Amino acid sequence: MIYDVIVIGAGVTGSAVARELSRYETNVCVLEKCEDVCEGTSKANSAIVHAGFDAAEGSLMAKLNVRGNEMMDDLSRDLDIPFKRNGSLVVCIHKEAIDGLKDLYDRGVKNGVKGLKILSREEALEMEPNLSENVEGALYAPTGGIICPFELNIAMAENANMNGVDFRFNTEVEDIKKGEDGNWHLRTNNGEYITRYVVNAAGVYADEIHNMVSANKMHIIERRGDYCLLDKTVGGHVSHTIFPQPTRLGKGVLVSPTVHGNLIVGPTAVDLENKEGNNTTAAGIDDLITKAGDHVRNLPIRNVITSFAGLRAHEEHHEFIIEEVKDAPNFIDCAGIESPGLTSSPAIGEMVGKMMKDMMGLKEKANWISTRKGVKKTEGLSIEERNALIKENPAYGTIICRCESITEGEILDAIHRPLGARSLDGVKRRTRAGMGRCQAGFCSPRTMEILHRELGIPYEKITKSGGRSNIVIERTKGEVSGS
Amino acid sequence: MKTYDIVIVGGGPAGLAAAVAAREAGNDSILILERDHELGGILNQCIHNGFGLHTFKEELTGPEYAYRFIKQVLDLGIEYRLNTMVMDIASDKTVTAMNSEDGMFRIPAKAVILAMGCRERPRGALNIPGYRPAGIFSAGTAQRLVNIEGYMPGREVVILGSGDIGLIMARRMTLEGARVKVVAELMPYSGGLKRNIVQCLNDYGIPLKLSHTVVDIEGRDHISAVTIAEVGPGKKPIPGTEERYTCDTLLLSCGLIPENELSRSAGVQMSPVTSGPVVNESLETNIPGVFACGNVLHVHDLVDYVSEEAKRAGQNAVKYISGGCKDAESSEVIELVATEGARYTVPGTINRERMDDLLTVRFRVGDVYKNSFVSVYFDDERVVHNEKRILAPGEMEQIILQKKKLLEYPNLKKITVKIEKE
Amino acid sequence: METRELTCIGCPMGCQLTVTLDGGEVTEVKGNTCAKGDIYARKEVVNPTRIVTSTIKIKGGDKERVSVKTANDIPKSKIFEVMKDIDAAEATAPARIGDVLIKNVAGTGVDVIATRNIEAV
Repeated sequence: MIYDVIVIGAGVTGSAVARELSRYETNVCVLEKCEDVCEGTSKANSAIVHAGFDAAEGSLMAKLNVRGNEMMDDLSRDLDIPFKRNGSLVVCIHKEAIDGLKDLYDRGVKNGVKGLKILSREEALEMEPNLSENVEGALYAPTGGIICPFELNIAMAENANMNGVDFRFNTEVEDIKKGEDGNWHLRTNNGEYITRYVVNAAGVYADEIHNMVSANKMHIIERRGDYCLLDKTVGGHVSHTIFPQPTRLGKGVLVSPTVHGNLIVGPTAVDLENKEGNNTTAAGIDDLITKAGDHVRNLPIRNVITSFAGLRAHEEHHEFIIEEVKDAPNFIDCAGIESPGLTSSPAIGEMVGKMMKDMMGLKEKANWISTRKGVKKTEGLSIEERNALIKENPAYGTIICRCESITEGEILDAIHRPLGARSLDGVKRRTRAGMGRCQAGFCSPRTMEILHRELGIPYEKITKSGGRSNIVIERTKGEVSGS
Repeated sequence: MKTYDIVIVGGGPAGLAAAVAAREAGNDSILILERDHELGGILNQCIHNGFGLHTFKEELTGPEYAYRFIKQVLDLGIEYRLNTMVMDIASDKTVTAMNSEDGMFRIPAKAVILAMGCRERPRGALNIPGYRPAGIFSAGTAQRLVNIEGYMPGREVVILGSGDIGLIMARRMTLEGARVKVVAELMPYSGGLKRNIVQCLNDYGIPLKLSHTVVDIEGRDHISAVTIAEVGPGKKPIPGTEERYTCDTLLLSCGLIPENELSRSAGVQMSPVTSGPVVNESLETNIPGVFACGNVLHVHDLVDYVSEEAKRAGQNAVKYISGGCKDAESSEVIELVATEGARYTVPGTINRERMDDLLTVRFRVGDVYKNSFVSVYFDDERVVHNEKRILAPGEMEQIILQKKKLLEYPNLKKITVKIEKE
Repeated sequence: METRELTCIGCPMGCQLTVTLDGGEVTEVKGNTCAKGDIYARKEVVNPTRIVTSTIKIKGGDKERVSVKTANDIPKSKIFEVMKDIDAAEATAPARIGDVLIKNVAGTGVDVIATRNIEAV
């Protein structure tokens, strides 16, 4: 089979592009080297919907950030994604740097960011009482927001899949050649894929993919960021997203509530040359804790429940590269998608979708499904609502994850849906089971039992997140499994 | 759903002993709510021996010890619900719980006994740097997989933390064919029993490295190696002391945390030291009629003490319901203070009118003390001065107060427990 | 003359004991700070024994493993031989606490017994 379009990468960019392409009468396939969507940069970031005052005026980054931010209300409603406009504050703590807020304000206005306001020290403290004593002023952006990055990614991919887009997981592109038939031939670990068009949404690997087809070499630098996630009991320590003033290395260490009620602190910024280097370091975590304390007082860092690191796909010119590759017609790069990439992703999808519609002369589908329902959540349901649900499906009466109060019903929903979960992390990112303060100590054996029962996966083959990440290796007593 | 006088949250050793004691004290309207599919709690996976020497004067395994109590619960006809999660406890003692058969239900209880136990500190809370691959388990999770489910997490094991569960798992994994390469302990002493160090580590030639911690975890998908290093002042790793161990499993046995989310949302006052409720001589929290016992109250070293404590909670709950446990207006509350080496006391306050003739006060010390004294002061007067050859943080200590003695001090305001050199 | 080093398990002191043996007979225990250490050392060097606990495969039950123990102490030197028999054994549900699942394990004269109930399904 020859596809019309192959998208490389099922992160937030690839999934947004796939969803936009699914509007049209065209065959689309997404190739993903990991076992699930949302396995790279998309799963480990600040989970912020940026207002758009950071990016350079006139840049693509600025344009897509503001547009992505605008799209988020409708998108989160249509795709059932937790999203909240909690507003953000850039906090100045050095008197001599106060003019920097005005510069950011001016840039934001030029970028089209609505509602920006410079706050006095008193106004800032009134809005956010736990700001540092040293606050001199702040830039308030009411359009700043927080979102669940997993759900954004998963929802767009699921919706694309509902509309006919194929997803091939555990499929890594090893080489790309232009065939004599004029099509792109993609060699993968799972055989050859042929397609008329390629969209490169490979995150930190976008340079390697690009360099397979172009003489104009690209270079992505992995910029690692360490994060700490704090317990829900301290999720209300701040209600807005608190940024320091930006520096050359980025927007700095933020402190923010998450849309699920935790508190997130991060990221650091360390440039690497290692596409898999998402390990945290002691120095990174120490650095993070020191810096976060500069802007927020009494940060309850003792309540950390996990730390993690993500890699930003930093292109050396610090700009999104979204274009047809000059010396490789019908090959479209979506590269250098670093922050504000999560915010921009729907706008990137929209831009690439329109671009390809024009290039390929695509026609819209008559029956495109624009909405998707997420995993039915039980948290916050009344006793009557719960009982109605349990009567219909008793699995909603069994709690599997005690920390996040996730029922078996929710886990079954996550498994048996388009692009359903096949691993512990897959279940976790779709339901939050295992994301709480005990970090899956309680629920992982129970979730394994459900994956085993529902999907017939032998225990030894159940993984944390695909590949070699199996949880157990064999039965005790030398017993052969399945006997 | 029926209503009950006493709702017991948790069907582990504490909940079972509390239920039996409450029934034996004359109440026949008791319900145990247990989230697992069987009674017995964590004891079901603790298949090693060493339980019950105090209670039954014989050495039992965990499941055997649990069954002694389960059998009493069954014989006494005490009601229980399995696979049932308590979702909320309101300050008016209405318990909201849920399971797949009964749905979500509310029970307005006259008394509630908190017996939820504790959980293990996970990797995230330890801030261990490195990758986040598969193959890292809290020791108890691995214990469940090996002992109950019958699966091996791996064959080459490193253990961080020398708590008893970690030591026990070192032996279990070895007996099941794995190679345990090292046990690293952050503190300069082990939190585990000497017996376990000898019989779980020394017997199998497993080295224990004190004042060591894990400083790096390798492996993208699955753990492939860890690096441990010696720690110096402030528990900071000392550069140059790193040692790398290849492994496919890292077990964490780094402390237990009482599981008090339900207690907190009910408005129960908590102790920052124990992470458990603050209780009075009746093991009653600041909410009248809400009692706590076992590891949810403070982490115990021996299950025998859990059972003993839970028995008192069960008896006091019955006393409370029958009106015999009300505050005597005239009586003043005596505060218990732990200081100078003693970290906390359970209970935290005593009402003389309500106390039994003998009251066990349990506490732990914060460091290893040799040839020292456990001293008790009634206000400024030292009334107990017990010489101890050794006091260690891993072992729970106790002193027994006599009601008779307390009544000799009518103006007593404060009882202080401390560790003294002489 | 031979000496052996032991850690006493009597209490958290964990005294380092040095035991001197002459022709298999204990002639001296040093390093103990109480009588418990002396008793422990004499038993531990001459005839060290242990209870072994593990699990055994079980068919037809509501669980696939039944927890077990040796009904009495076995010689410490026989632990791995006992484990070999335990690993090879297979029980059939139901099982009751105290049921003998292996008789005379590894020739020790000690039985292996169930330590929990497994219901037949």
